[in-house]
Amino acid sequence: MKPAPFRLERPDTIQALCRALAKHGDSARILAGGQSLVPMMNFRLVTPEVLIDINRVDGLDYIRLDGDALAIGAMTRHVTVKESALVKANVPLIAKAYDHIAHVTVRNRGTIGGNLSHGDPSSELPAVAICLDAKFVVSSSEGNRTVRAAEFFKGMFETDVSPGEFLSEIRFPVAARNQRFGFDEFSPRHGDFAIAIATVALEMKGDTCVSASVVHGGVREMPGQVADAEAALRGKVVSGEQVALAAKATASIEPTLQNYHGDAAYKSDLLRALTARALSQAIGEG
Amino acid sequence: MNKIANVAEGPAIETVQINVEVNGVAYTRYVEPRLLLSDFLRQELGLTGTHVGCEHGVCGSCNVMVDGSTVRSCLVFASQLDNAKIETVESLGRVNALHPLQKAFWEKHGLQCGFCTPGMLMTAKELLDRNPRPTRDEIREAISGNLCRCTGYQTIIEAIYSAAYEMQGATNG
Repeated sequence: MKPAPFRLERPDTIQALCRALAKHGDSARILAGGQSLVPMMNFRLVTPEVLIDINRVDGLDYIRLDGDALAIGAMTRHVTVKESALVKANVPLIAKAYDHIAHVTVRNRGTIGGNLSHGDPSSELPAVAICLDAKFVVSSSEGNRTVRAAEFFKGMFETDVSPGEFLSEIRFPVAARNQRFGFDEFSPRHGDFAIAIATVALEMKGDTCVSASVVHGGVREMPGQVADAEAALRGKVVSGEQVALAAKATASIEPTLQNYHGDAAYKSDLLRALTARALSQAIGEG
Repeated sequence: MNKIANVAEGPAIETVQINVEVNGVAYTRYVEPRLLLSDFLRQELGLTGTHVGCEHGVCGSCNVMVDGSTVRSCLVFASQLDNAKIETVESLGRVNALHPLQKAFWEKHGLQCGFCTPGMLMTAKELLDRNPRPTRDEIREAISGNLCRCTGYQTIIEAIYSAAYEMQGATNG
């Protein structure tokens, strides 16, 4: 249970980080908060030759409004995001999700960028990012490129970040006044990874849903949208009956992540129940 | 960076210099980059109060404070902590002068085997530093990342609850 030896790089600036990444390519891993990477290193599931510790890099730790987006620097720790008034006021779904994210000691150290770069399908933030159509800024010595959340996650623990690149910023759209949000999950212990997640964002015109984003997590290799549930809501007056119909429509998502916490039938049932709860929460009946 | 010859393994092992303050004492050490904070505290400094349970960030037994916030010391490398201020369970009290939390754990049967206790105490200390009069639910939330296999948790919750009121009393009186 001790990590294999590695060489340590400790860049102070984004430029030095880019140089280190360009130099070491796929023999390097980035160490942010270490709450997912270090356990894997302790198990020797991951044995990087070079570890690039970015905890000293200036300019990756911030939360700020930038046009119609709330921009969060990748090295912003969970505790900072969870306690941020700017986050609560502008992207309330993140605040709702943080009621379920990790335990206090893990939140002290873990970072939002590290969490998303890890790409764990049972984690809350990837589902939230897809639900809100967040944009991911991926940087390297070549410059920046922007990727939509739905295209950032490529598979279980796989993202669109290539060797030589790093996730530098996540941009969440600021909530509109007519948007309503909901989040719920089931986990064995509060703060643990979820067995199943449902999160929703509804754009309303009065009682009618103009557009809906319904996202599942924890049940497949990647979180993703539930098109049938979204279709069941779009253009409809969202009532208890419509909530039940949309929740039922999640049956089209076949759970493929099965383990001792739950088989496909159980996870399917959870997803239906959680979707109903998230929707009820969104329309203020939860 | 420094090199220490290692006869058994052949090639020299790279080390980095760190300056840390642990429980009020300043240390300068050369450490291998991969040395976990938990092993640094126990093996380099002899502070064996920090217990190593799961070594993958699940059990919370190794929780210590770094710059006033708890961390899982099995998930942080000592090489990351240059200029950090670290507090371990040894900073709380002595056998004849227990910290109110330690006294309350004793009185309320907040421990049986004692393995999880150092992590529980440091996590409880962080809670009371930030929230001196927590509710029982807030205590449950705070220690949700710490596993105990003996007590069933209720007595730990009572211990923290009673320590909070004891400490408030001392402050108010």
